[in-house]
Amino acid sequence: MTTLAATAGRSPMAGMKVYNLKLGMWVFLLSEVMFFTGLIGSYIILRFAHPDHFAEPGVVLNVPLTAFNTFVLICSSVTMVKAFAAIEQGDQKGLKRWLLATIILGTFFVGVQVVEYTVLSHEGFVPMADAYHAIGRGNPETGPAIGGPLYGATFYTMTGFHGTHVTIGVLCLWFTLWRATKGAYTANSYGGVEIMGLYWHFVDLVWIILFTIVYLI
Amino acid sequence: METTAEHKDPPYFLVWGVLFVLTVFEVFYAFAPIAKVWVAVGLIAMAIWKALLVALYYMHLRWEPKRLWVMAASPIPLIFILLVVVLKEF
Repeated sequence: MTTLAATAGRSPMAGMKVYNLKLGMWVFLLSEVMFFTGLIGSYIILRFAHPDHFAEPGVVLNVPLTAFNTFVLICSSVTMVKAFAAIEQGDQKGLKRWLLATIILGTFFVGVQVVEYTVLSHEGFVPMADAYHAIGRGNPETGPAIGGPLYGATFYTMTGFHGTHVTIGVLCLWFTLWRATKGAYTANSYGGVEIMGLYWHFVDLVWIILFTIVYLI
Repeated sequence: METTAEHKDPPYFLVWGVLFVLTVFEVFYAFAPIAKVWVAVGLIAMAIWKALLVALYYMHLRWEPKRLWVMAASPIPLIFILLVVVLKEF
């Protein structure tokens, strides 16, 4: 996608036809694939081994709210790629506008996750809880006890690590926007926007998998 | 000027629409009155489809050199080993 000339100042790696910064981001993302695969693999194995610890979809976790949040993150991927498309055309105003939209959507995603954690913890669904009374969110204390410590531990570990990635991504987006306001990116030099986009889309991609595994299955 | 790939007007909003439809369908499909194993298989297939759309179009993998494709695919055997081989214990 990227012209090598567009990455002036960065030498392409021989044979790959990809400039070094981008290659480095891809290598980092591949290590992240293995990191999240380790978490998801652990979750699947624990769920097979101790099915009594885990609740059915929608019983504890709020699926409609999280589905909406998933949609928000997908929208943020569109705004991020539009920021990239804008600077490809040399559209400075478009770059800043779409980056800001991505920041707002990313922040919204993290905010909803914080709200979700707050509600769940008030219901007793906390990491390593022996059991919780989550059936009937309006009156959690009288509902039947379900689940076990593994559910909370795996849920908060996986979604927490992802949320941390999103938060770091938002901070990096602010930095990218700040650099954009300084005119650091042009139609001939937009490597920073591209690698920021790669990270952001990866975070979206991971959430697509996590949402399915953790919330729907 | 050497380029890694050329493309024009990627269908960003079309992909967004497909991702939205798949997400909505996933939520309804998760609670469909069918065997759990088929629910899981269908949901995983849709999740992989969505992840591929993001990687191909938003991460622009579709327009990247083949060698980057090979590099991006390199964790797949490791994922297979980690998930499938270990799961055989059950």
